[in-house]
Amino acid sequence: MGSNSNRRVWLCLVALCLAGASAGGDLGQLMQLLAQRQHGHVSFVEEHFLHVLDRPVESSGELFYDAPDRLEKRTLKPKPESLVLEHGVITARRGRHTYVLNLSDYPQIVPLIDSIRATLAGDRASLERIFKVTFDGDLDHWKLLLVPSDSTVARSVKQIQIEGARDAIQSVEIQQADGDRSLLTIGPEVGQ
Amino acid sequence: MSRSGVVATLVWAVLAIVAIVILARARYTTDLSAFLPRSPTATQKLLVDQLRDGLASRLIVVAIEGTDPATRARISTAMATRLRSDQQFVSVNNGETASANRDRMFLFSHRYLLSDTVTPERFTVEGLRGAIQDTIDLLASPAGLLTKDLLPHDPTGEMVEIVGQLAGGAAGAPRTVDGVWTSADGKRALLVAQTRALGSDTDGQQRAVEAVRNAFDQAAGQLRPTLLMSGPGVFAVTARANIIKEVTRLSILSTVVIVALLLGVYRSVTALVLGLVPVASGALAGVAAVALGAGVVHGVTLGFGITLIGEAVDYSIYLFIQSQQSGNHDRVGWQRAVWPTIRLGMLTSVCGFASLLPSGFSGLAQLGLYSIGGLVAGALVTRFVLPHWLPRNFSIRDVSPIGVAAARFLARIKGAPVALAVLALAAGVIVYMHRTTLWNRELSALSPVSLADQDLDAQLRVDIRAPDVRYMVVVSGADEQATLHVAEQVGKQLDTLIDQDVIGGFDSPAHYLPSLDLQRTRQASLPPPGELRERLEKAVTGLPVRAERLAPFLTDVETARTQPLLTRKDLDNTSLASGVDALLLHGQRGWTALLPLRASASNPSYIDDRRVRSAVEKVAPGGVTMLDIKGEADTLYSTYLLEAVHLSLAGFAAIVILLLITLRSAARVIRVVIPLALAVLTVAGGFALMGRQLTLLHVIGMLLIVAVGSNYALFFDRRANDAHPGSVPLTLASLLIANLATVASFGILAFSTVPVLTALGSTVAPGALLALIFSALLARHLPTPTQACAAGVS
Repeated sequence: MGSNSNRRVWLCLVALCLAGASAGGDLGQLMQLLAQRQHGHVSFVEEHFLHVLDRPVESSGELFYDAPDRLEKRTLKPKPESLVLEHGVITARRGRHTYVLNLSDYPQIVPLIDSIRATLAGDRASLERIFKVTFDGDLDHWKLLLVPSDSTVARSVKQIQIEGARDAIQSVEIQQADGDRSLLTIGPEVGQ
Repeated sequence: MSRSGVVATLVWAVLAIVAIVILARARYTTDLSAFLPRSPTATQKLLVDQLRDGLASRLIVVAIEGTDPATRARISTAMATRLRSDQQFVSVNNGETASANRDRMFLFSHRYLLSDTVTPERFTVEGLRGAIQDTIDLLASPAGLLTKDLLPHDPTGEMVEIVGQLAGGAAGAPRTVDGVWTSADGKRALLVAQTRALGSDTDGQQRAVEAVRNAFDQAAGQLRPTLLMSGPGVFAVTARANIIKEVTRLSILSTVVIVALLLGVYRSVTALVLGLVPVASGALAGVAAVALGAGVVHGVTLGFGITLIGEAVDYSIYLFIQSQQSGNHDRVGWQRAVWPTIRLGMLTSVCGFASLLPSGFSGLAQLGLYSIGGLVAGALVTRFVLPHWLPRNFSIRDVSPIGVAAARFLARIKGAPVALAVLALAAGVIVYMHRTTLWNRELSALSPVSLADQDLDAQLRVDIRAPDVRYMVVVSGADEQATLHVAEQVGKQLDTLIDQDVIGGFDSPAHYLPSLDLQRTRQASLPPPGELRERLEKAVTGLPVRAERLAPFLTDVETARTQPLLTRKDLDNTSLASGVDALLLHGQRGWTALLPLRASASNPSYIDDRRVRSAVEKVAPGGVTMLDIKGEADTLYSTYLLEAVHLSLAGFAAIVILLLITLRSAARVIRVVIPLALAVLTVAGGFALMGRQLTLLHVIGMLLIVAVGSNYALFFDRRANDAHPGSVPLTLASLLIANLATVASFGILAFSTVPVLTALGSTVAPGALLALIFSALLARHLPTPTQACAAGVS
């Protein structure tokens, strides 16, 4: 009886490997495509659906990206705020205060920010260090599903879904472990 | 030996034994206090206390370099774990998050006592609505992820407020790689340890430095990354070891050179041994004088004292060589003819060194005392003891050929006065042109720390983003509460200045520990439960949050209304304790709060100190001062530079007066002084030309040029005025050899790695040489007294 089920396990494994290989191929291409992009400047609208609040709260502003690890989120509404991620350090300016945070001091927000940064940079190794990455669609319209493989990260994030077309990211939806959710919708390139 | 010889020897022996006993019982120190000025004003006292024992003086910055980031991180973590369990360290930080959570818990449970925004207005319906709206806005930002869970407990955002308050003084933490602090270029792992030992406790600092080194050795194992350490305590330890090493090394080197020189000249071991007697006696007497006069002997004094070897050996050189005159060991003749000149030379040197005695730097005062004791003893031994010890058949090699050659050489030089006048003019012009940049006006110029170490320190400070605390507001008060209260008032003024972008932020002990009054006021701002519930319900109307969700807020406020007020003891076991202890000091004259300022982001290297001063000093006139640490330190140093100039001028004046009294002729005094002044000017010109900046030690060096060089000038003066000038070649030869000995010993000092010794050596060595050359060249040309009346001297 053992031999039969063994064979099925083997078949499954082979199928998984094949599936992985094909996904890896497309994911690899996408990552290469993304990695070629050096700069980005886009507008964004973000909605937060939080269980502590009765209604979603919305913010909007602009995103700036310089390869490979500088990401700035300049929120204009409802309150001006700037948040710069550079070399793993976040500098946040809000009102009178400037806060400097080490990303590593706040493991709960690392995946939220690094998922976007690593995707923008086409940094597959970084992505796969924290998430199990599934590629869907084709290069013209792709979808990445990121599920935390690390148990610490899984405590705060359930999954992240990133959609885009070729080297442009169009939306990032983050589902947190506590059921809260945010949807970042990215507009077209600003300027030039 | 004659009767008088026996008596002299006995007296010498007794005094030598007494000196040895004093030496054996003396206290020696090698800390850096020799380089720290005595401080006259209260602000300067505070400054020097801060330099000696302040928080900054207890920091050791550790960097691990080499291998790969993961290995460095592993070593850093292992070192931190080991050092944290060591009682010698108050705190050890390398970027790991271990202690941060405990701090956060503490801040959160005391937020209504600590937050600046807790006022009665904030808990009105409008106040609550505004604050809650702000907090909801924050939820829409990435920071909201951190504050989301706090909303039900802290809808008014007090925790965010406190974090902002505390972040005000800090320039930010270093970047983290693999979980530990890393330099901006990613090449070094960083760790900061605060020692329990005070900065002035060099032994304690040394133990701490060794503990760090051991922890590194344990953690690094077979891998060999490099360990770098910096900080005031590390400097003190290094400087101490360096001074001891240098003094030993230079003493040996100096002795070897002088012994070789004397052996080469005398060709007699007896003469060599006898010649070193005045030197040894002088050294004994010098240290004994310092031990008696100052109570404690600085290690660096012994370093300065090396120069004495070069000077005291001169006396025996004069005795041995000049008493060889006319071939018949004419010691009585020598005592009559040469001794008065040596005595005068010794007295002029003593005058010069005596001017150091009142110096504000104990190192200099000790140098003066040491040299006076040494020179007097050396000269007296040469005069009263040594002649009795010379064997009947004592003779040294005939050195007159050296003198003959020198005399012939001098005679061949034509036009010396013109050349020297041109040289003087050129030096004068160069010094004048460099007058603005010639002086180094920074206190660090006196630091015994090598430039390479100072550079490393500056680099590591940038790496750990240590706030470069140049400006701080100092609040003094009679007791802890009064001081905190004034600090809070000052804080309000500083907040206004932040809004005006005059400063970027500030740190204050009141951020960690508000005064009891303020805590009470904040508690009183919190409405009773029923009322708060009512106001909250009205406040959230129209907001996307329901009052029921905020029930924990009501409970927390109620707890806070009756929670015991915070005292310093409550902060124990949090890192806030070290914040308060660094900024709130209890001294003999009462309490002091320090509020370090940070420059604004738009102008990171400048703070308009006058605007800050006028804003804060009106809070409590007399009790609040704005301290520009670097400026104050430099002013302090400038004061001492000026003092050194004054002391040197006074010493110079004393020498001139002494010469006037003894020589009883203005013309002769001028003949003696001109070559010396010329030597000083030329050396100053040389430094200016090489772009070297002059410090206090150079000024003292110039005084020594005059003090030492006067010996040579006096001999030439004697030759011109004495009816029985003795053998010219022998006098010249003895001067030449004595000068070589002096130049050699100061020259060796010039190659020291201790900056203060280098400064002294590099000034005196060329200066003494020039003083001899100029004296010799001008001896024939300067008018004698009889001519001077007619010709006049310019």
